[in-house]
Amino acid sequence: MTRTKFDEQLEELHISMIKMGSLCEEAISLSARSLEELDEKLETRVFSLETEIDQMEREIETKCMRLLLHQQPVARDLRAVSAALKMISDMERIGDQAADIVELVPYIAQSEWRGRIRITDMAKKTVSMVTESIEAFVKKDMQLAQNVIDKDDEVDDLFLKVKQELMDFVRSQNVDAEPALDLLMAAKYFERIGDHAVNVAEWVQYSITGIHKSSEHHLGK
Amino acid sequence: MESKFEVSKLNLHYGQFHALKDVSLSILPHEVTALIGPSGCGKSTFLKTLNRMNDLEEGVTIDGKVTLDGRDIFRDMDAISLRQRVGMVFQQPNPFPKSIYENVAYGPKLQGIRSKVKLDEIVENALKGAAIWDEVKDRLKKNAMGLSGGQQQRLCIARALAAGPDVLLMDEPTSALDPISTSKIEDLCAQLKKDYTIVMVTHNMQQAARISDKTAFFLLGEVVEYGDTDQMFSMPKDKRTEDYITGRFG
Repeated sequence: MTRTKFDEQLEELHISMIKMGSLCEEAISLSARSLEELDEKLETRVFSLETEIDQMEREIETKCMRLLLHQQPVARDLRAVSAALKMISDMERIGDQAADIVELVPYIAQSEWRGRIRITDMAKKTVSMVTESIEAFVKKDMQLAQNVIDKDDEVDDLFLKVKQELMDFVRSQNVDAEPALDLLMAAKYFERIGDHAVNVAEWVQYSITGIHKSSEHHLGK
Repeated sequence: MESKFEVSKLNLHYGQFHALKDVSLSILPHEVTALIGPSGCGKSTFLKTLNRMNDLEEGVTIDGKVTLDGRDIFRDMDAISLRQRVGMVFQQPNPFPKSIYENVAYGPKLQGIRSKVKLDEIVENALKGAAIWDEVKDRLKKNAMGLSGGQQQRLCIARALAAGPDVLLMDEPTSALDPISTSKIEDLCAQLKKDYTIVMVTHNMQQAARISDKTAFFLLGEVVEYGDTDQMFSMPKDKRTEDYITGRFG
């Protein structure tokens, strides 16, 4: 080992990424719980997590730019830094969308049909995707990253199922459709969070192998 | 694509010391090939072998085959005609203590060209090819030692071009130069490869990544990895290459 300072900086970057990842996990878990339990009190905590996630994005960006400037990384180091730069954009969006979901909870909670349609399965699946994508990054685990990618279709199917249930419910009952739209938006946010988790997993795979799912990111070609 | 140089099982000994071990690689025309590796790994020895500069060193034995455009450089070519086709630029600029014009015209004169018109044409083309013509065209009779280091190095490239080579070998050509002169030489390499094949030894990883098409990583006399530069600097196949280029070697 001859680049002690460089290795320290890379380790700092890794730790920051893990921290940002755990903040995202907490934010999305709380917003899912808030929606499940219709607990509006969790809103403040999710908002504060979102602010922290935004700050972490700026911090990590700065760390990456410093690493590029000072160390001019190549090979696995370059892949780690470039993957980190891409991953934090997706992680920041996960934070935003967790806040978007929790913002909808008061409207859903106050509606006359609170609790009659649930998106629990979809929320759980999405939370597990976020958790596993972060874990795949921490452990540099190709298979775990692939599991996340494979789960995306399941979340997409669950979204279509929720959408159908909502349409059927609105059609069959003489109820205000506005809460249905709020729920549909929440479901869409979960579906998008699933997509961001997939992006994170794909960048984890890239940082390990140098090959991104979309071949234009494959520097060696 | 046909290789410019085809190197096959090249072994070189300095006395008992085995400096190159079974080196085999193809150097393609109109490409910049970078040779990288730690000091003493054999990359400069390999470079010198390509124009037979180490043939006459005492105790050197060479076996294996090196062909230039299909001709064996040890058996089918004499060293002088080989060196006309394979020019060399060294780490330290080494102009002759003569005028700028004479530095460039020296080789063609040795080749027997006497016509002033012809020599003028060769000198102008070579200086233009080395991207230094505009800086020296009004002082061709001035002593070359008065040029800056970067200009001297480009003059040495012009001197090599004047011999009409196909290949330019460069042994750390920018290691003694400031960043601006380095950048000029690097830009020049990108232009020169349209007409020439360039093989360059460099200790600067970023330089290898910036300007070369292929990179060969030498270690203890062996070629550990050889391939596309982009591939090598993003996804090296061998752990030893990865450790070296990421600065974790040794």
